[in-house]
Amino acid sequence: MTATAIEEAQTARSLPMDRARALGRLKFADGGFRWMTLLSALLVLILLVGVAISLFIGSWPAFKTFGFGFFFSDAWSPPKERFGAAAAIYGTLVTSIIAMLIGVPVGLGIAVFLTELCPPALRRPIGVAIELLAGIPSIIYGIWGVYYFKPVMQAYVQPFIIGTFGAIPGIGSLFAGPPLGYGVLTAGLVLAVMILPFVTAVSRDVFETVPAVLKEAAYGVGATTFEVVGNIVIPYTRVGVIGGVMLALGRALGETMAVTFVIGNATKISASILAQGTTISAMIANQFADADPGLFTSSLLALGFILFIITFLVLAAARWMLARLEVKA
Amino acid sequence: MAALYPARKRRNLVWKALALAATMFGLSWLVLILGALIWNGVGGLSLDVFTKMTAPPGVVGGLLNSIVGSLIVTAIGLAIAAPLGILAGTYLAEYGRYTRLAVGVRFINDILLSAPSIVIGLFVYQLCVVPFGHFSGAAGGVALAIIATPIMVRTTEDMLNLVPDSLREAAAALGMPRSLIIRQVAYRAVRSGIVTGILLAVARMTGETAPLIFTALGNSLFAADPRGPMSSLPLIIYEFARSPYPEQQKLAWTGALLVTFSVLGLSILARVLSSLRVAGKQS
Repeated sequence: MTATAIEEAQTARSLPMDRARALGRLKFADGGFRWMTLLSALLVLILLVGVAISLFIGSWPAFKTFGFGFFFSDAWSPPKERFGAAAAIYGTLVTSIIAMLIGVPVGLGIAVFLTELCPPALRRPIGVAIELLAGIPSIIYGIWGVYYFKPVMQAYVQPFIIGTFGAIPGIGSLFAGPPLGYGVLTAGLVLAVMILPFVTAVSRDVFETVPAVLKEAAYGVGATTFEVVGNIVIPYTRVGVIGGVMLALGRALGETMAVTFVIGNATKISASILAQGTTISAMIANQFADADPGLFTSSLLALGFILFIITFLVLAAARWMLARLEVKA
Repeated sequence: MAALYPARKRRNLVWKALALAATMFGLSWLVLILGALIWNGVGGLSLDVFTKMTAPPGVVGGLLNSIVGSLIVTAIGLAIAAPLGILAGTYLAEYGRYTRLAVGVRFINDILLSAPSIVIGLFVYQLCVVPFGHFSGAAGGVALAIIATPIMVRTTEDMLNLVPDSLREAAAALGMPRSLIIRQVAYRAVRSGIVTGILLAVARMTGETAPLIFTALGNSLFAADPRGPMSSLPLIIYEFARSPYPEQQKLAWTGALLVTFSVLGLSILARVLSSLRVAGKQS
């Protein structure tokens, strides 16, 4: 027997063994891969739970010391170790409300323009440009807000607002105070520009789910573009639009860098929206790195926990609404 | 009846004009912001920016340590987020699909996608800074990874969902095990889609500031060791933009220009890639 023949014989004999081994290895690799993907997916779940738990543990000393008073107290004094979340929560809500009041109608307007009015050739470039607005990092809005937007607010917009509305009894106190440039209104307006592309992106997507037949039928009976949008498109996509608005609200509530630059960072509640204020995220960004361990750090973590819970609820509601629309479509 | 028709026409015109005005309003912000960046940033672009360290006021400085820091922190973030996100996205699209677990993970992932980045920063501070007792570039990388992972999960899942099932069935009919079908067939079909996801994730990480403030902290010296505090472009913009010294403000604008144009460049590249894919599909 030659050497090659022996080798051949051996290969022939060992073939079933090798096949079994190869199959076993494949099976092992197959299961291993499946487990790896499952673990990664679970890790995403664990991440969110982990964020909640770690923030809660970190904020426990503050909650224990101040109790429910933490939510209602606007005291914030590191030297005296007196902390309360009210001023930050108030600022977060007011800036977000201002942002929504302006950002949502404008965002919807752009979506209507893009889906109903825009010449097809311009649709894509304008859509991309609006999406680029969403791509600009928060810090850029901040530096731009400080150097360009704040001076304009201080020199023109705020004096005008004070002169026009300041003297009206009742709502006048909303616009009281000197034109500082920095303040709640400025922050709210910058936020409005930042959330606008999110409103536009979601509403444009849901507007496009409206069956063309419905719109054509409405146009066919003589409806104007405005009537088609108001009576067909918006009612059909209501849930989705609200979902998009909530998504934008979630962004506005948690937005940090841009707000930190222009809000003035004053830990107090003022009736006037021209006054300086703060938000939860601005306060954390400003003070956390320098905070003493102990009650100060714990109070900031407690603020983070509150922000996390608020945005979680808002975003969960948003996703739930958008998911409902997907089922429908 | 006669008065109704012109009134309807008028109202239609007014609303159309308002929609046009809203679009002009939105576009004008983009122009104003990009204009300000170019106006203030381009003048500061010089070789010094890329070759010198950030310096105290009065000394000519650059952004070298911040640029290197940004690259390292982003690389750490990507090294964690890319495999994790791709695997999790694979589970959602290939194995889990409509099981209760997959629906739950998808929901949570969508929430993480827009969770406030400052809260992620606090979490990583608790997780990676407190136990080690000091700030580090690695902690910053972990924070960025948590921000980028949901993006990777989402794009991977969306892309894998586009792969026709007949392709998978054909491979299965040849006797391929599931994991090989995914790796050899499905991944190959969506390769450019996954690259798109990576580009989007990098774009997002490049501009993030809030989660780095109390994780990577910043460093005025050159630091390539991720175990210590590390500078990054957004952090230096945050610091210098509030500085009273004009030369530091100028550097902040130059940094802002670099960051914005990298971010926008990456997102446009991602868009072009994904539209190429769609075009290829149609032909």
